[in-house]
Amino acid sequence: MAVLQMKKIHICALKNNRKQILEYLQRKGNVQTCKEEDADIFRRMDTGNARIAFEKRAQTAQQALKLLNSYAPEKKGLLSSFEGKRQVKLTDYSAMEANSEAALSKAEQILSLSRTIAEQEANALRLEVQRDTLGPWLDFDLPMNYQGTRAAKAMIGSIPQPLTLDEICAMLAQTKPELEAYTIEIISADAEQTCLFAVCPQAQADLLEDALRQNGFSRPSLQTSLTPAQYNAKLTEEIDESRAQVEAARKQLTEFGESRRELELLHDYYAMRADKYEVLGGLLQSNHVFFLNGYVPAREADALQQALLERFDCVVELEDIPEEEDAPVLLQNNAFAAPTEGVLASFGLPKKGEIDPTSIMAVCYYFLFGLMLSDAAYGLIMALGCFFLVKKYRNMSPGMKQMLTMFIYCGISTTFWGIMFGSYFGDAATVIAEHFFGKTFVIPPVWMAPLDDPMRMLIFCFLFGILHLFLGLGIKGYMQLKNGQVADFFCEVFVWFLLLLGLIFMLLPSELFRSISQMDISFPPVVNTIATVFAIAGALGIVVFAKRSTKNFGVRLALGAYELYGATSWLSDVLSYSRLLALGLATGVIATVINQMGAMVGSGVVGAIAFTLVFILGHTLNLAINVLGAYVHTNRLQFVEFFGKFYEGGGSAFKPFNASTKYITITEEK
Amino acid sequence: MITTGVVYGILGAALSALLAGIGSAIGVGITGRAAAGVIAEDPEKFGKVLILQLLPGTQGIYGLLIAFIALSNMGILGGGIRELTTAEGLAYLVACLPMAIVGLLSAYMQCKTAVASIGVVAKKPDEFGKAMILPAMVETYAILALLVSILAVVNI
Repeated sequence: MAVLQMKKIHICALKNNRKQILEYLQRKGNVQTCKEEDADIFRRMDTGNARIAFEKRAQTAQQALKLLNSYAPEKKGLLSSFEGKRQVKLTDYSAMEANSEAALSKAEQILSLSRTIAEQEANALRLEVQRDTLGPWLDFDLPMNYQGTRAAKAMIGSIPQPLTLDEICAMLAQTKPELEAYTIEIISADAEQTCLFAVCPQAQADLLEDALRQNGFSRPSLQTSLTPAQYNAKLTEEIDESRAQVEAARKQLTEFGESRRELELLHDYYAMRADKYEVLGGLLQSNHVFFLNGYVPAREADALQQALLERFDCVVELEDIPEEEDAPVLLQNNAFAAPTEGVLASFGLPKKGEIDPTSIMAVCYYFLFGLMLSDAAYGLIMALGCFFLVKKYRNMSPGMKQMLTMFIYCGISTTFWGIMFGSYFGDAATVIAEHFFGKTFVIPPVWMAPLDDPMRMLIFCFLFGILHLFLGLGIKGYMQLKNGQVADFFCEVFVWFLLLLGLIFMLLPSELFRSISQMDISFPPVVNTIATVFAIAGALGIVVFAKRSTKNFGVRLALGAYELYGATSWLSDVLSYSRLLALGLATGVIATVINQMGAMVGSGVVGAIAFTLVFILGHTLNLAINVLGAYVHTNRLQFVEFFGKFYEGGGSAFKPFNASTKYITITEEK
Repeated sequence: MITTGVVYGILGAALSALLAGIGSAIGVGITGRAAAGVIAEDPEKFGKVLILQLLPGTQGIYGLLIAFIALSNMGILGGGIRELTTAEGLAYLVACLPMAIVGLLSAYMQCKTAVASIGVVAKKPDEFGKAMILPAMVETYAILALLVSILAVVNI
């Protein structure tokens, strides 16, 4: 349970060591650089262009990889998303430096191949459309742009409606009665158009054309000296050629599938170089030396200083964090609590002066999660499943590993509560025994079955809630005492404890509580008196002291009274823990429904098969939905109710200058 | 024998499954559309937006739960229908109402918040924890209604 102590590190070294030092720091990954004030003799280097160039190359590699994924997809297992980054030896990584141009040209080839594919596919499509329009003309054996002979004029075209020869002649006679000599041949006719070939003496050509046009005649858009059949053959040839090019490009792309690893390395290589240049741009440099300032975790600071001094000609100074500076936050917790760091981080890291509540929160988190899911079988499945994944995929990303480890502990807690409540896949054992073996068999709960006595369980949920909230208030008090704010502790924490404890002990023996809980609690009169005194003292204390910074005494009392009104928020906070009961019941009752549905089919072999199917499907669904519910609502209880009492967060995370890679991690040989 | 009371009782159970189920169906449907938009841009956010999409789905399950407890208390599941008086039947009906009505409305309201949270995840995937808590706030009232309905049904 700790926020790691940070130190400031200042490095000053000769420029000719710059590359090596930066690369060393990047591989070590435990220094977060920070910008320092400008000084006259120092300049910053403008590395923007170089960085953009590197980023562009990384992007090229990324795009090439994306293309490879669609053209030559990698075979991946179902659980491959747990695999994490590939490990690459430092020597292999260094070899990339010499090889980067070749690898980059591969990436560019991949991009150009994909462009070829797109272009040729579009081309083939365009030609196919042309070929389609040629369809009705295929039987015509003259060139499409045939004009006729010296004496006779030929007209080729179509009218956009289905017509017979007689109908055309009738139409022409009606439009231009003076038209005398012509002949028309119908080449093809379908529902949309009639393609025709008309011949007439040159003298009457204009007349015929006029007549035809008035009836919707138009020449085909395709004008070529080839006959339709010839042209069709030519198009087909071109289409085939385009298709062949697409095929060839695809095949080449598939062959590039083997370079996937190389491209991944290439991407990370350039991404890392871009990062390095970003840091480089922030460095203060003179003609011969450069300065680097940053934060480093205190426990690693000395070792880093030693290592740097041994390897390079440089000066390294360590310094405690100045009072006015906010150091970046890095948490350190034991193996039991560390998995919930992610939950804390998603709310906000501790700001300056706050303690890291992870280890206390972890206990509460596992406890509440188990109480909400509360089924021994579900818990066991969860814990074992996550344990299997964590053990099998050792390289998985740290965040994923943290989360799965958290679910292992949550699963164990769930199993515990399941045993307490006697729930194993709901009442599966009872249903199976009764339905298939005709026996009565009940696994008795170690503690109680919530559905049999929900009121009692509800009271316990409130009790857990009160303890949880008191814990939160207690931590607030602890932090104030630790920081020496004794007066604050008295005015903001102690009086609240007085009031709340007094109120609770006044409520317990009352008629109201008895009627709700059916529990008869009575204290000796002296306890009742003490409770009353506590409550009154606490209430007075809040009214008088809560706003003691206010000068005007009347206003101070009024504001204090308003603060006292905040006791209602405690009531709603406690009531909020009723979700523990509700979600616990939800898991159990839905599991029971599933078991009953499974048992509805019958008791024979068919019944057993149906039961198994319903059982597997139903419980998988129930588990998924309720794990989600338990996760969300445990987070809520932590964030809103628990943290609301003492924790603000808002620290910025420690973001070391490291190899921020996507595909690989570099391992250093020992 | 099916008395008027039994009919009222079943009406209560049916309303609980009906209204809460409708609410969740609407909620999950609307949230799913927003989630699909995010996936179209970035398929890797699938896991996160799926969780947000499922949040308004719980009301339907709570509704089912109340319906089931009510039916089972009335003896409709597991044979032997109790001959409820009209007053008892009405009591079941009224006991189911909190879950039915709050389930319907809270699922709808929760889905609107979930859609907004999906917007958060689309822009800032790292803030998933916070984005998830906002819709969970709405669910509190569904849970309170569930609790009232459970306590009422069990104690009739």
